[in-house]
Formats: sequence, C-alpha cells, structure tokens
Amino acid sequence: MKLIILEHYSQASEWAAKYIRNRIIQFNPGPDKYFTMGLPTGSTPLGCYKKLIEYYKNGDLSFKYVKTFNMDEYVGLPRDHPESYHSFMWNNFFKHIDIHPENTHILDGNAADLQAECDAFEQKIKAAGGIELFVGGIGPDGHIAFNEPGSSLVSRTRVKTLAMDTILANARFFDGDLAKVPTMALTVGVGTVMDAREVMILITGAHKAFALYKAIEEGVNHMWTVSAFQQHPCTVFVCDEDATLELKVKTVKYFKGLMLVHNKLVDPLYSIKEKEIEKSQSSKKPYSD
Amino acid sequence: MRGGQGATRAPVLQFTNCRILRGGALLREDLWVREGRILDPEKLFFDERRVADEQRDCGGYILAPGFIDVQINGGFGVDFSKITENVGSGVALVAQRILSHGVTSFCPTLVTSPPEIYHKVLPQIPVKSGGPHGAGVLGVHLEGPFISQEKRGAHPEAHLRSFEAHAFHDVLATYGPLDNVRIVTLAPELGRSHEVIQALTAQGICVSLGHSVADLQAAEEAVQSGATFITHLFNAMLPFHHRDPGIVGLLTSDRLPPGRCIFYGMIADGIHTNPAALRIAYRAHPHGLVLVTDAVPALGLGNGRHTLGQQDVEVDGLTAYVAGTKTLCGSIAPMDVCVRHFLQATGCSVEAALEAASLHPAQLLGLEKSKGSLDFGADADFVVLDDTLRVQATYISGELVWQAEEARL
Repeated sequence: MKLIILEHYSQASEWAAKYIRNRIIQFNPGPDKYFTMGLPTGSTPLGCYKKLIEYYKNGDLSFKYVKTFNMDEYVGLPRDHPESYHSFMWNNFFKHIDIHPENTHILDGNAADLQAECDAFEQKIKAAGGIELFVGGIGPDGHIAFNEPGSSLVSRTRVKTLAMDTILANARFFDGDLAKVPTMALTVGVGTVMDAREVMILITGAHKAFALYKAIEEGVNHMWTVSAFQQHPCTVFVCDEDATLELKVKTVKYFKGLMLVHNKLVDPLYSIKEKEIEKSQSSKKPYSD
Repeated sequence: MRGGQGATRAPVLQFTNCRILRGGALLREDLWVREGRILDPEKLFFDERRVADEQRDCGGYILAPGFIDVQINGGFGVDFSKITENVGSGVALVAQRILSHGVTSFCPTLVTSPPEIYHKVLPQIPVKSGGPHGAGVLGVHLEGPFISQEKRGAHPEAHLRSFEAHAFHDVLATYGPLDNVRIVTLAPELGRSHEVIQALTAQGICVSLGHSVADLQAAEEAVQSGATFITHLFNAMLPFHHRDPGIVGLLTSDRLPPGRCIFYGMIADGIHTNPAALRIAYRAHPHGLVLVTDAVPALGLGNGRHTLGQQDVEVDGLTAYVAGTKTLCGSIAPMDVCVRHFLQATGCSVEAALEAASLHPAQLLGLEKSKGSLDFGADADFVVLDDTLRVQATYISGELVWQAEEARL
C-alpha cells in the first residue's frame, strides 16, 4: 500500500490527477488498447477532475482511448435530475473532455430489471478487459462506492439499500427533504473494485480522518468496507493532512518520509503532445519510474 | 422535444470556446445546435451516444440570443408606411440589412395611415421565418391610428381615428384582417378601449399603450383588460407627475394583475431618452425594459443629405435632422448601438443589456420558448459579440447569415 500525504485538498487533488495522467500516458492507449478506469462521484474527486480537464485542454492528455466505468447511481432518480450521477459526470467531467459517449458506462438506476443491469455492468467490465485503475472516494463511515458498513467484502455489482447516515448526509442535495432522497442505489461491489489492477482512493478532510484510520491501521473489517484494500496488491491512498488526524504519528512520519520516492510517480512525463514531436524528431525516452 | 429518425441523423454543430448567455448569466459553455434548434448535449451524450459532427471555435466571443426589434418604421431608405407597391421587397431589404446589427427578428411598424393603406400593405407583410435572406418577420406593429390627438407626435392628424362607435368593428374596418398583426399601439383613454383591448388580446395580439394622455388609473384599467406593453416610454405620453404619474406609473403600479409583467419600449440611442430617464426606468423595473430602435428610413444611410419621400433629411452620426434645421426627425441608431449605449448609460450588467434586446421582447410576444433565449429547444438564432458588444456574426436557425469582415468563424 502507498499512503500519499499532501498538505491540502488542492495538492492532494493535483497529485491524484497527475498520477492518473501519467498512468494513461505510460499505458499508451490506442484503438486496439483502451485504458479502462473506474470513476467516483461526490465532492472529493472534483478537484482531481478539474485538473484532468486542464491537462486535456492543454493538449497533454486525451481520453479518446479511455473507457470509464462509474461506481454507482441512485435507483429511481431521473437520469437528468441534477443530483443524478449521470448529471454529475456530464457536468464535471465528460462534457469538458474528448471521451466518446460509447466508452462511458454508468449504471442505469431506472432499468426495468435492476439486477440484470448490474450483471450486464460486470459483463461490460469483463469485456473491456477488466479495470486498469479504479479511482474511489469513501464516506465518513468508510464505505467505498455504496458498499455501506456490513457489505460483503467479496460483493459484486448489485442493488443496495442506503444506510441512514448516507441518506441524512445526502439530504442537503435534495432541498433538505428526506422524502426526496433516494433510498436505494446500484453499486459496484467491493469485489468488483478489488478486481481492478490498481486502486486509488482519495480521502480528504478531518471528517474522514477516523475512516482513514480504520482503513489502514486496523484490521480488515466489513464494517469499514474500504479496509478490504489492505489485501489488494496495488492500492494508493491519497489524502491531505486533515485526513491523517487519527493516524499514529509513526504511520504519518513513515509515509511522509517516503514522499520523495512517491513523488517520482507524478513527475512530468512527455505529454501526448510532445510525444508526437518526439516521434518525428529524436529517440528521447520518456521518463519512466 | 424533438425526436424521430430525421432528428437523430441530422448533423450536430458544436460552438466551442465561447461564453453563452443562459439563465441571466454568461457561462463558459459550448452551444450545441441541430436542425436549427439548440440541443441539450447531455441527452445527445447519454441517450444517443453521439458527439458533434462539426466543431466551430468562437475565439472566446460572447454568444447571445439574436436581437428582436419590436418597433422599426423602416431603414435604408425604406419607409414601411409609405410604400404601397412592392412592400415585400422593402421589408426584405430592411430584414437583410439589420442582420449586421444582430437583429434576427423584428416587427415592421406602420404609423398612422388611412384605412386603404392598411388594407393594401398588411396582406403584403406576412409572418416569415428568418434565414440568409434576412431577419424573421414576427408580425406587424400597428402604431395608430387609434391614438391621442394631443400626443400624436409625428403621426398625421388627418388620419387619426377612434373606435367609439363600434369598438372592435371599427378596428377591423380600419385595418382589415389582423392575421399579420402582432402589436397594436393605442391610447387607452379612447372610448370603449377596454372592449378593443380584450378583443385584440383574445386574438393573441399584444396591446401597447402609447401616444396617449391617459392617467395612471386609465392605464391600469387597460392593463387589467390585457394590455402588456408601453410604446417608447416617456415619449408621446404625459410627463411623470407625483400625484398622477400617468402611464409611466405602470412601472411601479401595485394594481396590475398578479404575476403580470408590464413591458416598456425604450429608445436608448442617447438622443431620444435622456440617460437619467433611462436609468430611472431601468432601476424601477429592470425586467420589463425592451430596447427598440423606433428607426426611421434614414437608418443606415450614412452621413449627408438624403431625400426621403417629400422630406429632405440631414444625417450626422446618430442624429437625423430635417435638412437645414435642428429639428430631430426620428431615431437612426441601430439595435447594437442601442444595446451598447444602454449598457454604458445605466451601468447595468452585460447580461441585462443583452436580455433587454432579446429575452424581454420575446417574453412580451410570448415567444420565450423559441426566441430570445439560448435554452434547450429554442431556435438557434444568436449573435456573436466581442467584449465591447460589437457584432461579429449573426446566426439564424444555426446558419451563419452575416459575418463581420474581420471575424474569422
């Protein structure tokens, strides 16, 4: 496991975005080789999306050969509702970049047969060759996607009833009216995320500090579903100082000491722009870590 | 909502790198167009899984709804009220020339004329969609002849009429069929005006109050009967008096039907309305302000002496004089000049200035679903402006219909 500790939310977002950028560029995706990503919604990844959009607009990054799979979507909420995760992804990411709509996948919370929709989603991930990098956030109760406390750690994509904590937390997005908050969602399972070749989890803010502590300093426990990633061979936690408040000084110091090494992961690579020039000019090798 | 096979196959045009006026704000958004209408790109993305067929870089310019001029008497040497033969080509000429001023639809305006002129001219000005040939015609604005003798302004006294005898029948007898009519300006103090206002509004015709000596009470009663507009506020009406504010008082009246917004036309050319008066009106009732040019045939003729009908006119910049005198003979400021002057004179936001020339006139005519906004589903009539609000290009139904020479779009 890697634990990346940055000072503030904006630095953490930028680090995560640079990491994603480098992974895509190094993967060298093309028409026969798509880079597959799992994507989260919510306030935590917003800064990361903004940076990725910036890289796209600068011409450093393209999503032409990227396939995305979103973690979850509410059940019964109209797709064009401003709080739907379709709307979120459109407004905060998809409309700003060059991704083709055919390459984006978001669960349909209005499907006639919800379980069939979930099974089909798993099939689509499989057909895309599995997920290269799954990016996620967590809730203060340590839930990853909508895998609420108590969810099976080998669960697959399915219908979930939301925990009261989640419904209460979401009420602010629905005029503070509990009756308007969806109570069910479709979500990838913990097992679905575990299958990804790499997992990156963003955790920022003091209110997530206890969840980060449960995620990495205590044992694997289905009451803190994010703790399952202790058993994943390649996980990166990206957090800010506030999120480390519940960690041991020793843990924080150890990982901070490693930042010199970890920062190499986000060193600038040759962007796709420069690669075009490079192809035509010299045989300079891109930086590799 | 449009759908069906035809719509899905039609090409999608995406205007990028621009700021668009939507919901009263300039947003860094792209504008998507298909089949002449503004498209919701989110639906295209998720429902049809399609991207744009063509992208057009707008170089950071502003995209605003096309301007709508609901009061224009002519221009470029054409006088809508004076021509009887070949009216169509006169209207077409003006329609074509005002594209360069960002106007995408307009209401040709006829001033007080004898009945035979109305009977002859009106059928020749049909409602017509805009396009490369020119701005769309939304219907004729009839200013007079049912107006006050005292406040007739430049309208010929001999042709003024009343409808006291047979109310709406008098109106029909004067104008003939009203199919091509969109706005009627009348004086509410004329006898039986309530019957006439009700009959006109029942036909979907907008009734405007103007050229009138009505007091506030008469004006309020006219609004209760269905009137929604005031013709060139401050001009040709009683001046504001604090014990009887007259028609001007409608701007802050509390006796209007609930939810009704009263609109008022403003000639913001810097000459016909003092900037202080413009500010008073704007601050009292910003959402009702409709910019109109009230332009006369000398519009667009350039500086110098011109002969228009029986009259010689001397044009100097934005002022048109009766030749050899200092008597003003009408407004010749085009719409984009009025927008810029309004912005500068009132210190309002760019958004407010643009909406006064687009959204508000569309709302006045009940066309806000298709005109005057860049909302999804509306007609893709829009104007491309630089930061000083100079027109760079004009589009109607998503089609480029005019372009400044230096603009490269």
